[in-house]
Amino acid sequence: MSETILKVEDLKVYFPVRAGGGWGAKTLPLKAVDGVSFSLHRGETLGIVGESGCGKSTLGRAILRLIDPTAGQVVWLGEDLASLSNTAMRRKRRQMQIIFQDPLASLDPRLTIGEIIAEPLRELEPSLSRAERRVRVEDAMARVGLLPQMINRYPHEFSGGQCQRIGIARAIVVRPALIICDEPVSALDVSVQAQVVNLLMDLQRDLGLSLLFISHDLSVVRHICHRVLVLYLGCVMELASSRALFDRPRHPYTQALISAVPIPDPEVTHRPILLEGDLPSPLAPPSGCVFRTRCRYATDKCAQTRPALEDADAGGHQVSCHHWKEIAS
Amino acid sequence: MTAAVEQIAGRSLWQDALRRLRRNRAAVMALAVIAVIALLSIVGPWAAPHPYDTLNYDYIAIAPNLAHGFFLGTDAVGRDLFVRILYGVRISLMVALAATTVSLTIGIVYGAVAGYVGGRIDEAMMRFVDVLYSLPFMFFVIILMVVFGRNIILMFLALGAVEWLTMARIVRGQAMSLKNREFIEAAVAAGARTPTIIRRHIIPNLLGPVVVYVTLTIPQVILVESFLSFLGLGVQEPLTSLGVLISEGADEMETAPWMLIFPAATLAALLFSFNFLGDGVRDALDPKDR
Ligand SMILES: Nc1ncnc2c1ncn2[C@@H]1O[C@H](COP(=O)(O)OP(=O)(O)OP(=O)(O)O)[C@@H](O)[C@H]1O
Ligand code: SF4
Ligand SMILES: [Mg+2]
Repeated sequence: MSETILKVEDLKVYFPVRAGGGWGAKTLPLKAVDGVSFSLHRGETLGIVGESGCGKSTLGRAILRLIDPTAGQVVWLGEDLASLSNTAMRRKRRQMQIIFQDPLASLDPRLTIGEIIAEPLRELEPSLSRAERRVRVEDAMARVGLLPQMINRYPHEFSGGQCQRIGIARAIVVRPALIICDEPVSALDVSVQAQVVNLLMDLQRDLGLSLLFISHDLSVVRHICHRVLVLYLGCVMELASSRALFDRPRHPYTQALISAVPIPDPEVTHRPILLEGDLPSPLAPPSGCVFRTRCRYATDKCAQTRPALEDADAGGHQVSCHHWKEIAS
Repeated sequence: MTAAVEQIAGRSLWQDALRRLRRNRAAVMALAVIAVIALLSIVGPWAAPHPYDTLNYDYIAIAPNLAHGFFLGTDAVGRDLFVRILYGVRISLMVALAATTVSLTIGIVYGAVAGYVGGRIDEAMMRFVDVLYSLPFMFFVIILMVVFGRNIILMFLALGAVEWLTMARIVRGQAMSLKNREFIEAAVAAGARTPTIIRRHIIPNLLGPVVVYVTLTIPQVILVESFLSFLGLGVQEPLTSLGVLISEGADEMETAPWMLIFPAATLAALLFSFNFLGDGVRDALDPKDR
């Protein structure tokens, strides 16, 4: 297996939130990410899935230190990013970039797309001359399928799919090793989604990128990810290779998620497992296993102790459930 | 290949706004009126037949008289009202320009830093603004005038120093909401430092509301200057301003009404025009809001 470039260990992000109004207001920690660990190899695509509000974006931003983590480590090529000074962290940004969910909102409306794509170069490779920068920008534009004549246009003159291509060009222009893709296609028309997904896959292959692919669309994740991490209320439920996860989900939550995806094959009889109840508030997560309020298999033990992430097989399939052995899938 | 690839020039949001502004008749008219008045106030005094400070004892307080070149009549000591009004406009526009420039420069930088940096720094900076706000402004200006004497530069500074407070508050609010926009996060991920982000992303994006506020500040500053001059705290004789002329005209309202009517009409035309222009700019920058 290839080299591990990123190792996240017990990462926690708590937002202080004022609960209750008036005089009695006190701040409570909102546990957006609560003890997430995983590692990522060079050239690998790791999917991060989960319902809205489970902390996917927060996790991605905390890795890049766009949000300061509350606790835990983000080890990049053997170096803990959380302990770096701001200046040192800034230099690391050349190696890790991000693509955002809302393509238009992530582009400054006052700048031309040439200026937007050039910004990381300007900041992170200041030794480049203006002409060299221009060549790199046009090269990045060509790679994502934007015509060089477009360089002086403004973001509002482009469609959603084109805006996302601009965002991708900005991410690859510094030739990073990792790109965090925060739901890069969920705001796009279905017809454009496939194009952008294919573009990302091509870029990954050609540039040897590692991708953290955040999504709630399981069919896309299954299509492009080597491994998948399932998140629920800021905690890892299951982590496995894409094939193992979709063929044999071990965690009750993953099973419910996968059964809810419509399967085009009419031969397969398919009854979705319904998730009962609402997502609990991350301000007051359930004791023990965070999933227990909606789990069919919950027992007393689940309310008392939080299950650890344990190996389910020798192939790196990890699951966080007290009863995974008893649950046949 | 000899011919370079033809670039398609984009239309920036500013260019879009400018086009919409050009289509707004009231705003274009207002701009034309301001331009004509301003131009006259610059070149008019040279072309006019009488200087602004010559006393003509033979023509005291006469009505408009084309034969002798007193287009708008004369004042109580026989000075040509037309030229004096043009000088008044000069002073008013200069005060407006200077005060607005001071308030823009301080207000934008101060507000953008407070709003973007946030936290304790923001808290401290805005408390300072609150304290200045609570000082009675007229009192403040009057004290300055009394201590340093009547000085037009001082009046520019004093007006600007007061106007920037509101500007800073507006800018801070804008900066705070911009801060949470995704393109700011993208700039951080691109490695931009805080000063760069404020300069490259925050300030250009909050200029819209600022421009609107400026077009509303200008008439306000002109009015305050007129008021100060009316109180006798403004410019010194023989120089004059619209406020001084109106104040003098008010004294002679019954015997020589033109001494009040012409300066007052000029002031009104300026104020109206700036307000129309302000409305037009607001609509042009925010086309949804109509
Ligand atoms: N700056 C913040 N302050 C307070 N709470 C926050 C903040 N950012 C996110 N949260 C909360 O943290 C939790 C996780 O949010 P996050 O945006 O990471 O979810 P997500 O999985 O990306 O959801 P989505 O699929 O909707 O994008 C949510 O409950 C959210 O309300
Ligand atoms: S630990 Fe218990 S509650 Fe949690 S998923 Fe497993 S069975 Fe369900
Ligand atoms: Mg999100």
